[in-house]
Amino acid sequence: MMGVVSYLVFFTTVASILAIAVLGLNLQWGNTGLFNGGVVASFGAGAYGTLILGSPAQAGHLGGFDLFYPLALAGGMVFAGILAWVVGKLTLRLRHDYLAIATFGVAVTFENVMRNATAVTGGAQGIRGFERPLRDALGDGFTYNLVFLVSVLVVLVLVYVFLQRLTVSPFGRLLRAIREDEIAARSLGKSPDGIRLTAFVTGSVIIGLAGGLYGTFYAFVSPQDVLPILTFQIWAMLIVGGAGNARGAMAGAFVIWGAWTFSGWALSRFAPVEAQLYTGSMQFILIGLVIVGMLLWRPQGLFPERLVVSQPGKSRERT
Amino acid sequence: MIQHLVDGILVGSFLSLGAIGLTMVMHMLRFANFSHAELLSIGAYGALVFDRLFEELFPVLGSAVGPLSMTWALVLSIVLSMILTGLSAVVIDRLVFQRVRQKGEELSMVFASFGMALIIRNVIGLIFGLSGELYSQDIVFALVLSRDPLLLVKPDQVFVLLAALVIMFVLHLVLSRTTFGFSLRAVAENPALAQVHGVNLKRIVTAVWLIGGGLGAVAGVFYGLSYQLTPVMGRDLVLPIFAATIVGGIGSVYGAVLGGFIVGIASNLALVVLPSGYSPSVPFLMILAVLLIRPNGLFGEARA
Repeated sequence: MMGVVSYLVFFTTVASILAIAVLGLNLQWGNTGLFNGGVVASFGAGAYGTLILGSPAQAGHLGGFDLFYPLALAGGMVFAGILAWVVGKLTLRLRHDYLAIATFGVAVTFENVMRNATAVTGGAQGIRGFERPLRDALGDGFTYNLVFLVSVLVVLVLVYVFLQRLTVSPFGRLLRAIREDEIAARSLGKSPDGIRLTAFVTGSVIIGLAGGLYGTFYAFVSPQDVLPILTFQIWAMLIVGGAGNARGAMAGAFVIWGAWTFSGWALSRFAPVEAQLYTGSMQFILIGLVIVGMLLWRPQGLFPERLVVSQPGKSRERT
Repeated sequence: MIQHLVDGILVGSFLSLGAIGLTMVMHMLRFANFSHAELLSIGAYGALVFDRLFEELFPVLGSAVGPLSMTWALVLSIVLSMILTGLSAVVIDRLVFQRVRQKGEELSMVFASFGMALIIRNVIGLIFGLSGELYSQDIVFALVLSRDPLLLVKPDQVFVLLAALVIMFVLHLVLSRTTFGFSLRAVAENPALAQVHGVNLKRIVTAVWLIGGGLGAVAGVFYGLSYQLTPVMGRDLVLPIFAATIVGGIGSVYGAVLGGFIVGIASNLALVVLPSGYSPSVPFLMILAVLLIRPNGLFGEARA
């Protein structure tokens, strides 16, 4: 019984952390129409940034800053934001698929650098020696995990509320205006490039926050955590949930993470031994099928975007 | 140094072939096709299957061509694999991309291609296993072109370069001398106007996929000849090929050729200053450099 509960706590924690990342991506893709092919780079920047800034000195990689935890987490988010700003600045004024290619390139390069810049990132062995905050007070057991889950849920709700406010604010209206008709927005004197950059960086900072929490939860991060498949998983979560709808996006995170965990468990339990080596491949194919299948048959997702009317009563709802 | 330069030119020959197809698709259908590199994998593995088949059925074909490690069976297999890969590209388009395209979202196409890449790559891994394969187990010794500075070239590599150049020249003739080539370019410039002038848009789209798949197959086989076949070769090739199209300018076939050689040479020259672990990052650095200096590439034109 206790095993089930503690597993559920573990599962919900990871799914909620990923849900935060999906919310960040939803701001980029769902609300603004920006294709981020390198979600994992922002996620990894947050995780690496947080752990490097928050860990005591450790032989083998950069560290020893031992910052107060919230500062370290904020540092990770800033790191993710800077990375996004550089890429966005270079590509957002160009044809839209440049952003897709450049972000994809950032993700490949990020993993590559984390793996090779051993002096800074610990190389393949990753960042070790991080102490989870409040560990002295709460220990390492179930209590800690429960408190951590509650904190993650609080962060998730805060991010959600922040994004909801943002989407009904004039800024959110502007984002949708640019997504739907850039020329019209421009003719009203708006500057789409700047607005898009703001949305892109904000989304990446939120994804970086998710990465920072993820790194904190495991107290460890290595290049294995920033593989391209994470980008695909987060994308699948968003498309299943329904791009543009924050609540759908969060539901998608739980659905896909549940399906991923379950398929991994089922394959390792029931698949014949000689097929065990290929469970990864089969799971990857499933994620690919989910993405392509949703696009073909239900592009609006399971929970489609509801059109937000910023000033109810004054404007008629569009069909 | 000179060895890196020569190696780079050889790598460039198959990057160019891959980039030509990609740049045509990106120009005509207006989306960044992340699954294009998987066509190279399909081509490479397709040729492997045909090659094994021919060597079983007609052992005569198993003899090597001149000083190369490749056999006559592989030569035939390349041709068949080009057709197979071209057809697969058309089928993938019909099944997925065309239907997404009709729904109208350009970025959904990019997204769908991400998903397709994941599916194709892992299905290949399921069928052929995750470890690498070689076309031939025979060891062909490199020719020593010069001892000081040391310069080694394998006969296969010379063949790959020459064959790539011949194929590009043929493509150049088709694009610049035939009615078909004109309609292809017309569609790329202005699909609506081209249709008014009686160009069958559907046929041209099919042709683009056939050409892209066929050239991709050759590129995949050449990659396999130079290194080895692995199910994840598409993952390793997708960024260099994109870099080649961006360096050359999206939509420009000649730009893609030049871009492929530039990326190949630059990646190899980078080994002089960077540890080899970093070489996967070089294409991305090139993309950044091009976007900073000349966002539309060498031959590209600005287009929204």
